[in-house]
Order: sequence, then C-alpha cells, then structure tokens
Amino acid sequence: MTGPSAKPKIEIRDLTMAFGSFVVMRDINVDILPAEIFIIMGGSGCGKSTLLRHMIGLKAPAQGEIFYDGEAFWHATEERRREQLRAFGVLFQSGALWSSMTLAENVSLPLAEYTDLPAADIRDIARLKLALVGLKGFEDYYPAEISGGMCKRAGLARALALDPDILFFDEPSAGLDPISSRNLDELILQLRDSLGATFVVVTHELQSIFAIADNSVFLDTHTRTMRAQGNPRELLKHSPDPLVREFLTRGAPAPSEPATTGV
Amino acid sequence: MSQESTSATLRIESRDNGSLRIVLTGDWIARSGLPTLDPVIQAVAAASGAVKALEFEADALGRWNSGLMTFVLKCWELCQQQGIGFRTETLPAGVAKLLQLSQAVPEKKDAVRAVTRTRWLQRLGESALATWEGGKGMLTFLGETVLALLKLMRGKAQFRWADVFLVMEECGPRALGIVALINFLIGLILAFVGATQLANFGAGIYTADLVAVATMREMGCIMTGIIICGRTGAAFAAQLGTMKVNQEIEAFETFGINPIEFLVLPRMIALILMMPLLVLFANLISIAGGFLVSTLMLQMTPALYLHRTVEAITLNSFLLGVVKGGYFGWVVALTGCLRGMQCGTNAAAVGLATTSAVVTGITTIIASDGLFAVICTILHI
Repeated sequence: MTGPSAKPKIEIRDLTMAFGSFVVMRDINVDILPAEIFIIMGGSGCGKSTLLRHMIGLKAPAQGEIFYDGEAFWHATEERRREQLRAFGVLFQSGALWSSMTLAENVSLPLAEYTDLPAADIRDIARLKLALVGLKGFEDYYPAEISGGMCKRAGLARALALDPDILFFDEPSAGLDPISSRNLDELILQLRDSLGATFVVVTHELQSIFAIADNSVFLDTHTRTMRAQGNPRELLKHSPDPLVREFLTRGAPAPSEPATTGV
Repeated sequence: MSQESTSATLRIESRDNGSLRIVLTGDWIARSGLPTLDPVIQAVAAASGAVKALEFEADALGRWNSGLMTFVLKCWELCQQQGIGFRTETLPAGVAKLLQLSQAVPEKKDAVRAVTRTRWLQRLGESALATWEGGKGMLTFLGETVLALLKLMRGKAQFRWADVFLVMEECGPRALGIVALINFLIGLILAFVGATQLANFGAGIYTADLVAVATMREMGCIMTGIIICGRTGAAFAAQLGTMKVNQEIEAFETFGINPIEFLVLPRMIALILMMPLLVLFANLISIAGGFLVSTLMLQMTPALYLHRTVEAITLNSFLLGVVKGGYFGWVVALTGCLRGMQCGTNAAAVGLATTSAVVTGITTIIASDGLFAVICTILHI
C-alpha cells in the first residue's frame, strides 16, 4: 500500500454544495489517498449523497473544485470530464441496472462503448466480472428477475467493467440483510486488496464503517460543513467532538472499545 | 376480542376539590359516534374559572384505541389553553404513556404547512414564468437532439442501430392492428357522411373523391399520429421516466454515455422512419373502408369507385400525407422523450410525465396540422 506521503488520488477543495440559494454544505476540504477506502458519513439527509453526486459529475458545485490525480474535474471541458468519468465505477443505491438489458449486457455496454474488443472477448469479461461478485450463471437474467441484493452485486460488476481506478458506492448496505451486507463489505475489502483501486463509500452503517474504513469525513447538518476527518476507529477513541463520538457510538454516552474493530 | 362492543359514553362530575372528573365507560374504539369534547368544554366554561384540574375515571372503561387517545389529547390541549391542571394517574397506563410520547417532541411550528393564499396577479405571473421555463426546457431539449443527430451524421454518436430496430418493431408492426381498425372506421364514417350529404346535390359519385382526398391529406396521418402518440409516445415517457426514477439515466451519465444520444436518438429515428409507412398503410385501409360502404350500401360499382379514387389522388396529396406522417413521428418521439427525461424521481411523476407527453403530443400534432393546411393553401399544394 502507498505510504502517507503519497500524492492524494482525490482532492476536494473549498467545496460548497447548494440547491439554488439553499446551501447544503460549505468549505469541504478532503484528501483521499490512492487505494484507500474512504467513508463519507453523517446523519440522514445531511448531504452525503449530494457530495457523492458532485464527485461523479452529476451535480456541479456552487463553489470549489474536485481534483482527480491533480487534474481539475469541474473546470475541465465537458469532453474531458467524460473521459475522466471513464476511470470511475459507480454503484448506485439500488443498483440502477439498465432494466431493458440482461446482466451480461449491462456489464458489456461500457466495454462495447469504450473498447475495441471483439464481441466474444467482451462476453468473457462480462462473465468474469459477474463471477467476481458471485453471479456466475445469471448472465442472461434481467434485473427484474433477481433479488435486490443480487441487483446490487450486479451493479458492482457493472461498475467494475472498465477496471476503474476509483469506485464510488452510495449506501451499499441499504436494504440488505446483515449477512449480505457483511459479504459486500468483505467483497469491497478483497477488491481493494486485489485491484488496488480507491474506494469512496457513502454510508451510515456503523458496522460497515468500522469494518472497512481507512479514512473518513463526517458531515454535519447543523453546522452545514465537515465536522471531523480521519480513521473512524481513531475518531471514536480520540475525537474531541462529542457529536462525532455520539454518532460513532450510536448515541451511547460513554464510548468504549467498539466490538466491531476486530476485522 | 370477539364480544359485542358496548357504546362509549362519558359523564362529567364536579368534585369538591375543584377538579372536574370525566368518567369514561364502554369501548372507546375509533369509529363514528364517539362522544365529543363539547360537554367538557361546556362544563369548564360553566364553572367560569373555578376548575383547577381535569381528572379521569376509567374503572368502567372497556377496550380503547386511538379513539380514546385523540379524545384525551384534546382534553390535554384544552387544559393547556385554559391553564388548568391535567391528571393522568387514573388513566390506563398505556394511555398516559402514549400521551407522554406524543408530547415528547415539541411541535415544529414552521414545519406545519401554511395554506398560503396567492393573489391572481401573482398566480398569473407564476404560471407565465412556468410556461417560459417549460418553453426554454423544450427548446434546450430540441437543441440537444439536433446536436446528437449531427454527431450521429459524423459517426461519433453513442448509438446502436439495434436499438432503432427494436423500437421500430415495437411501434410499427405491433401497432398495425389498432391503426387498421381506427382508420378503417374513419374510412367508413367519411363515406357515410360524404354519401348522404353529396347525394343531396346528386353528386354521390364524388364520395370516392372525398374519402380519398380527406384520407390522403389529413385523416390518415392525423389519426395515425394520435394513435402512435397515445401508444408509443406514452410508452417512451413512461420508459424514460421510470429509468430516471431508477437512477438508470444517471448510471448512463456516470459512464460518460450521453442519454440523449443513447436513448432518445434511436426512438426518434425509429418513429421518423416508421410513421410514413404506417400512414401509407392507414391510407390504404381507410380507402378500403370507404370502398366497402360505397359498394355494399350505396350501390356504387367497385370499378367506378376505384376509378374515381385513382382520379382524385394526386402525387402532391399523397406526398403531403407521408411527409406529415414523418413529421408527426418526430413530434411524438420528441414530446414523449422530453417528458420522460424531465420526469421527477417518484412514481407519481411517471404518471404525470406520461399524461403530459400524450397531451403535448396530440396538441402539437393538431396545431401543426392546422399550420400545414394554411401553408398548403397558400402554396396551392
């Protein structure tokens, strides 16, 4: 893994997010290192997903900039931004699989768009990606024919299609049972270790946070800015901010050693 | 719990210590006919400030649910207003707990929606602004589709011909049945109306001309346009709207795939290609309808009818119908896709998008057909 002196993969600088004149969050400054699993956490409706939408090009910031490998994202031309997007993989909350296509077609489409691989090779890669997420044999199923958890995994396979440098996850454990959720966490860890990709995960699932996080940022609705940054396990022990500790202990008053750190 | 429920009653007793006792009896189950708060209010008012507290007696209370809770809550609010005490000790423990729970979080005053009355001038201004925004949105979308089309011509669009063929199959061959039925009936109707009116002038023979010209120039393409708008335009809006709700459109965007090029363009091209063919088919069927009425019921000979029909059809009116067909196809695809892409992110929005797509589509078809008629008259086409 890369040392602490490595250049950050993603830098968020003085980011202000707003809907019209309503400011959701301001002054967000975050560095995310290569091959790090970075968690965006905070209470419901605080703007976690909005921050993610800024990072994946779906919503332009009111102010500030996001840099990927030192290159400005929002001040680039639209053409260039689209090229940068190709290095990303995004897993949406519900998977967001294209419902008119089979799982294999879902994974194949980005490959067909952006590579000159022959159809047979594309099919092989799609099978491989689906196998990686445990969906071998489901290539010709439509999204409506499989369960929500499988949709999410298929969405992950699609996000992996172009061998992305950075993977974004929006609430990966939402709507999953505890075991599927834990399996997904394990999958994320294994993928990080084998692909060396950088992960940005939006979640408020404490068990997930302690299980996978290397680094994190805590967004707060009331002050409308980031409240803390660092490894959540460290934050739990040493954060001077009672609100952050309260969040990480599920509101329990006296924080003690969390039971979930043994990963 | 299957026993017959007894009706809920309430009795009010004044106590020596200045409190008012409300005696609850029977089953306080939420349904119509439960006692109201009025007797309590009257009793409090009648005592003119002498009441120090409200208390309850629930010894004879049967079953209870929200019916009792709302009553107790109203009593509590009354006490707050009047500044009198409220004793919950004698209420069933559950009621007291629920009451406490309902008061645990204070009412968020600014969260309660105020019913704002707007002046008509403000409403007029707002709807004008909304119309302006809507127009701008439509023009932007139009521009985006034109740009996408230009990109396609340069061979740079993210676009699959397979999608075009898929949509063509869906909106063409599968619509033949309904297009045939409607246009056959239109042909019948035209022939009936024409024959009865023209017979007054002894010109019944021109029924064939009437059917042929009206079908070729107007009815064939308009009816087909309306059918396809209700069938395919609505489907486009619903498909794209659902994809929007499902974040599928965003998934395209995050892959750097332009949804206009990938989703809208194939639908548009498919309809522009398919509609002229459908109009041709519709014209044929409609004339067949007129033919059937005229020969079977109006005693025209088939040969004469066909002869008159061929005489009446000019290349211009034939081409006009076909060109308008292609144009209506474009209108239907544009409005359907526009409303789908503008769709909000919930289930109700998909319904609205579909409705709006059909309304906008049909209005635009009829309005622009009027424009076509004027232009054709001026140009003597």
